Amino acid sequence: MRRVWAILVAGVFLYFLVGQFLPIIPTFGNVDLFARVAFDIINKSTTTNYNAVEFKKSKDLEDGSANVVTSIVVNYRSFDTLGEVSVLFCAAIGVGILASMLKSKKRIEFEEHKVLRISTGIVLPLILLFGAYIFIHGHLSPGGGFPGGTTIALGVLLLMLSNNEFKVTNVAKYVEQSAGAGYVVIGLMGMAIGGVFLMNFLPTGVVGNLFSAGVVPIVYTFIGFKVGAELSNVISDLREG
Amino acid sequence: MSNIIYYVSFIILGIGIYGIVSQKNLFKQLISLSIIDTAVNIFIVALGYVEWGEAPIYSTITPVANFVDPLPQALVLTAIVIGVGILALGSVLLVHINEKYGSLDPDEIRDTREVVE
Repeated sequence: MRRVWAILVAGVFLYFLVGQFLPIIPTFGNVDLFARVAFDIINKSTTTNYNAVEFKKSKDLEDGSANVVTSIVVNYRSFDTLGEVSVLFCAAIGVGILASMLKSKKRIEFEEHKVLRISTGIVLPLILLFGAYIFIHGHLSPGGGFPGGTTIALGVLLLMLSNNEFKVTNVAKYVEQSAGAGYVVIGLMGMAIGGVFLMNFLPTGVVGNLFSAGVVPIVYTFIGFKVGAELSNVISDLREG
Repeated sequence: MSNIIYYVSFIILGIGIYGIVSQKNLFKQLISLSIIDTAVNIFIVALGYVEWGEAPIYSTITPVANFVDPLPQALVLTAIVIGVGILALGSVLLVHINEKYGSLDPDEIRDTREVVE
């Protein structure tokens, strides 16, 4: 009976979406980018006059990151990202508090395996290096602070699975707090220099160089450290109980 | 037939709604919520696709802009991170519920509460 109801409810939702919603959205791939906000962002100029951006040639633009998604996330909508980081922070704190309130303090023990333990020693530095690469090159290639931090946290998880004595120490908490504070300090510096919170106050350089895009790589490095430490804390809280 | 990706995301959304309504285990309902999250993300990214557009990154392959809409992708990046937060917090809350009532079935939890009161 429950399943029949479920199929009915899901069917009504699908009928509504396909019947009412599909006709008013553009067909797949048929998007006029000139009419959208994204056109200004892709050409890195929110004023009326613009020139087409060219890789490794255009310089001193509004925002110098080659990855346009990064330039939206960390430059044009940076305040939004600050809020997002705060939401993740609140979730991590909530997980920590709720996990420490559990009555049965049962630590999850894994069966130690020699092959996993030795191969972790080989693979772990590469995982951490790859995570750091992802968030340092967030303005040039796919990725950024969030995937890079998650990769680092996965390295910590691998360490936890292979070694029963391993514990995430308080260092992770300090890293998280100072990285979060660093993001706000960058914002306040923008306010002091340019008059706008989270303004890109450094020179933006040539599109496609490693040292370009002003504060974007710095902010993404902070976010990478913060997310890595935060997710390591979440995993560790869930394990320690 | 070009709209097939929209139908795919709607079908995944339907699977999620079916899971929330039909399952009795609260953890399975949380996973269904996560599936709905994924479906909405697929839908939003699909809204920004431009035909023959490349990934919105200036590189040696695409030195001049021929891109899909980057704005939905940026919004989805935010949504994914918040989805992770919801999943972590929700699962810890479910551990609490399981510790207090010894079950994750809403009906059994209701029965236990009535006995306690």
